[in-house]
Amino acid sequence: MTATDTMPDAADRRSWAEWLDGHSGRIMVLPAVIVLLCFAIFPLIISAYLALSRFALAPGGFTLKFIGLLNFRKLLVGSQQYHLLGKFGTFGFVQFALLALIAAGLFFLLARYLLRGRPTVVGTVGRLLATAMAMGLAVLALAPMAPGGVPGTVVNTLLYVFVGVSVQFALGLGLALLCGQPIRGRNFFRVLFFIPLMVTPVGIAYTFRMLADMQKGPFAPLVRAFGISEWSWATEAWSARLMVLVGDTWQWTPFMFIVLLAAIENQPRDQVEAARLDGANGFQIFRDITWPAIAPIAATVVLIRLIEAFKIIDLPNVLTGGGPGLATESMTLHSFISWRTQDLGGSAAIGYMLLFISTIVCVSFFNFVVRPARRFEA
Amino acid sequence: MSAEPRSLARRLFEPASIDSQAPVARVVTYVLLFLWTLVVVIPLYWVFITSFKGPGEVDNGPFYLPFVDFAPSLQAWDFMLVQNYTLRPYMNSVVVAVASTLLAVLIGSLAAYALVRIRFQVKLAAVAIFLILLTAIIVAVATFGVRWEIAIVVAAALFVIALFTLLGRTKLAVGNSDIEFWIISNRIMPPIVAVLPIYVMFQQMRLLDTQVALIATYTAINLPIVVWLTRDFFAGIPLDLEESAQIDGASKFRVFFTIALPLVRSGLVATFLLVLILAWNEYLLALFLSNADAQTMPVLVSAQNTTRGPQWWNMSVLITVMIAPVIIISSILQKHIARGLLVGAVKG
Repeated sequence: MTATDTMPDAADRRSWAEWLDGHSGRIMVLPAVIVLLCFAIFPLIISAYLALSRFALAPGGFTLKFIGLLNFRKLLVGSQQYHLLGKFGTFGFVQFALLALIAAGLFFLLARYLLRGRPTVVGTVGRLLATAMAMGLAVLALAPMAPGGVPGTVVNTLLYVFVGVSVQFALGLGLALLCGQPIRGRNFFRVLFFIPLMVTPVGIAYTFRMLADMQKGPFAPLVRAFGISEWSWATEAWSARLMVLVGDTWQWTPFMFIVLLAAIENQPRDQVEAARLDGANGFQIFRDITWPAIAPIAATVVLIRLIEAFKIIDLPNVLTGGGPGLATESMTLHSFISWRTQDLGGSAAIGYMLLFISTIVCVSFFNFVVRPARRFEA
Repeated sequence: MSAEPRSLARRLFEPASIDSQAPVARVVTYVLLFLWTLVVVIPLYWVFITSFKGPGEVDNGPFYLPFVDFAPSLQAWDFMLVQNYTLRPYMNSVVVAVASTLLAVLIGSLAAYALVRIRFQVKLAAVAIFLILLTAIIVAVATFGVRWEIAIVVAAALFVIALFTLLGRTKLAVGNSDIEFWIISNRIMPPIVAVLPIYVMFQQMRLLDTQVALIATYTAINLPIVVWLTRDFFAGIPLDLEESAQIDGASKFRVFFTIALPLVRSGLVATFLLVLILAWNEYLLALFLSNADAQTMPVLVSAQNTTRGPQWWNMSVLITVMIAPVIIISSILQKHIARGLLVGAVKG
């Protein structure tokens, strides 16, 4: 706006400016709200509608027929169950024992909350929901792993999320602790270790395909020495899954590393030195000083990673194409493949189930891990 | 220095001073760090040298050192960059990433600032009515074939009427932290849930396969991150500067642009870079929303899996030109990124 000198115009302008200033809060938030309404809320409602209907191409366009929960039924108990949930094996003693162990652990946590603290309605309902979810996921994960079972896309996604994030956290923390030592070249390592995070996941997928090539890759002589050059990781379910996990870990360990290192550098120096003077060893210092100082940040980075890990698609899509069979297919990739085969309703239904699982897991993690970790600090 | 001579074992396992490591521990530290350096470098090195190979050098077994065991050639670079016109997807990627990041940072930091400094009270009833009407519009358009222009006008009118009749009758309201939580929680939503309707939306607007579609979508998906990070930067700056400016008669916008924004400069740099990297590498949405004209680099790279089998040398060129600029920029601005992430993670 340019200023003018004419009197009425100036007065006009002032009232306009006053109005603007009076509503500045709303005007500042409005663009963000509009953008999110257009690209998150509005699509979510439409997707819900799609998930409840059958899409078919018709002459001159398409038809949508409302079919209720049929899409979900097909995926959960019907003809597509093998794809989403996998083929269930028969439960043996090991599976029952594991399940009982998990159930006992969850029951213990729930009982402790109800007996020790002052349980609130919201807290109890939330915990019951989280417990039910954890139990359901445990059953879903154990059943296809039992003898005779084949994991589906839900189990694959859970594997990428839980195993992947744990490994990345462990590696990132280890590297951050190493780099946090009084060493030379810390900045060099910091810059170098950060790089994989910036490489496009599609590029990582191709790079690891090149590296893992048994005939022409850099490790081919090594492979030949072991006499397994005829074998290919891409043809076996677990080696293919491992490959996806390796690529994902290569990319995301730096994220954990960089934030945890910054946190470690921020830990109270004087306390560490005092402990050293008193003769505390490295492990004691980590347990009593470093860990409490970085725990809230550690919980938050894991939460961020959890949120993003549920969305994995690029790596499995390019690295293995979801194969062999559907051994490496994630839920997002499953949804994408359904979309490509014109099954829009099924695609939206899978997306909604992914949204459901990831929301409950992330919100539970926030409430039961991140919040206590922060309170612990304060 | 103590006069008592220390035994060899003690000298190896105990640190000489309080802020140094024992020799053995130091060796172990460096060995482990060196191992991870190899893990990071080998894939990058392999991509880089493969881009100077031809079909012969790749197929006839692994060659490791240019000039020593194979003769590097610029054939693949020439093929991808000069003959094949990779420039267009590359420019698409640059334009989309930069524009969407700028927009997201602008919109997001405005909202974050307002949420930190101004108190909001939004009537819960108004939000509920809005969502119900939105659902009604969608159902009306999708099942009963009502024209969407008409549906929106009718819904807007109903919304205004409902608002005036309900205003003042309810007290339930959502405050700043609820709005913040809502904005940030949008990031949990997997993009695959939203992408189909967004696809149809752009198809209806005839914006499919344009940069505009990608810019708008990327702005939206990265907005939660911007709000989440910048709100902590704004919360960290002292109030008095802004207050004295306001007493001098500066508007809130003026205070925001001339005082608040410059104060959080380094945080903004971190946010900008993070969002830029996310937008630059985004794959799923680009796969849906672009196919030829607006194709971005990740889609181009993934499309290299041709029927003749992947041509590693060409692919390596693409990957190299894609990662080189981000690596250079973020290596320079590295410190900002770590600090920005830390602030975000501390307060979250």
